[in-house]
Amino acid sequence: MAELVAVIASTHHPFYYRASTATGEDRPPFADEWVRKVEAFRETLTKARPDVLVMVGSDHFHQLWLDNMPQFLVGKAPFYDANWYNEEREFGLPRMFFTGQEDLSAYILREGLDAGFDLAFSNELRIDHSITCPIITLRPQNDLPIVPIYTNIFAPPLPRPKRFVQLGRAIRELVESWPADRRVAVIGTGHLSLELGGPRQFGPHGPDPEFDRRAVEWISSGDIEGCLSEVTLDSLHLPGNATHGFMDFMLMMGVAGEGAKADYVDTYDLFHTMEAYFTWYPNGGVA
Amino acid sequence: MSKYLLNKFLFTVDRDPGLVERYREDPRGTVEWWEAEYANRLLSCHGGEASTWLRFEDAEREALAGHDYPKLFELGAHPFLTLTLFIAMFERDHEPLGFQTEYARRLAHMAMPYPDIAT
Repeated sequence: MAELVAVIASTHHPFYYRASTATGEDRPPFADEWVRKVEAFRETLTKARPDVLVMVGSDHFHQLWLDNMPQFLVGKAPFYDANWYNEEREFGLPRMFFTGQEDLSAYILREGLDAGFDLAFSNELRIDHSITCPIITLRPQNDLPIVPIYTNIFAPPLPRPKRFVQLGRAIRELVESWPADRRVAVIGTGHLSLELGGPRQFGPHGPDPEFDRRAVEWISSGDIEGCLSEVTLDSLHLPGNATHGFMDFMLMMGVAGEGAKADYVDTYDLFHTMEAYFTWYPNGGVA
Repeated sequence: MSKYLLNKFLFTVDRDPGLVERYREDPRGTVEWWEAEYANRLLSCHGGEASTWLRFEDAEREALAGHDYPKLFELGAHPFLTLTLFIAMFERDHEPLGFQTEYARRLAHMAMPYPDIAT
């Protein structure tokens, strides 16, 4: 059976690539510390020596659109092109190319369907920054095959938070039952409090630092029940109009498990939104 | 209300570099052309299978023709789509992050709960 060697949850800040590669007058004052934190976070994945990455993110109206909107979608393709024209335009992100772990995609689809998750699939999927950003931060050599999994945190009606947790638990079970001698890391990205296109956007901090503090506590302590008792589709509007991306963190809490304390926690308070980085080693440490 | 069609306009213009510039330079003409020629396209299908029933309401057409992004927010257009397209058109005219902060200021009158964006 495959081994789940690391569970990683992160924000996906599209400005990191440009900030970290800028030089001279173009380099923002927060870049050096940001790079230092990201490189330390990267080491938590490197130490786990994964062979395959399951990547959980959310398409930002790039390929998935309102005329045919899946709630949860698994990419099943031998290759994936990545990043879109408007991400190059706004964030300076490079075009990227991935190899797919197609047999694990097929396994997750078949077994996921049988477990009660009506997963959509795509045989030709162009990945966006919700998945390329964590590759840039955590695995910039981009040398591992991936299984992309997209969630709808964007276009209501959305699945409820509990469903994200349930899917996270299922993903863990499916990875651990995959009959292949491979080391798998599951990496998912979302947001803490975030406002986009509203009056609270682009402030000196995230729009709701108190929510961020509590969210970091829920995640780092594995307090799924506490989080579920307070977070609803309605409540997520309050910290910022794009905060439903927090449900991808809840999915990753489901992968890590109830009460699972994160082995690595770091945050970085930036303008606009707080960065947050978490790693769990499910088997009590890196072998 | 045709929030879906507002979003379809923002979505199809934002992903086409030529349309981004055309909408920046000639908003009213672009909106009129788009509603006549593009609004009913079923994306990824040929023209013979276009839809037949999609059109803007007057307030929606005016908001788009006026580059009136606060009004688009009030009408329930998806804020991410609006923000992304308007950054593409107008960020270049401001200091870094200047447009984004002006955008927030122009929406400062909006209180919770924000307009529903469900389509």
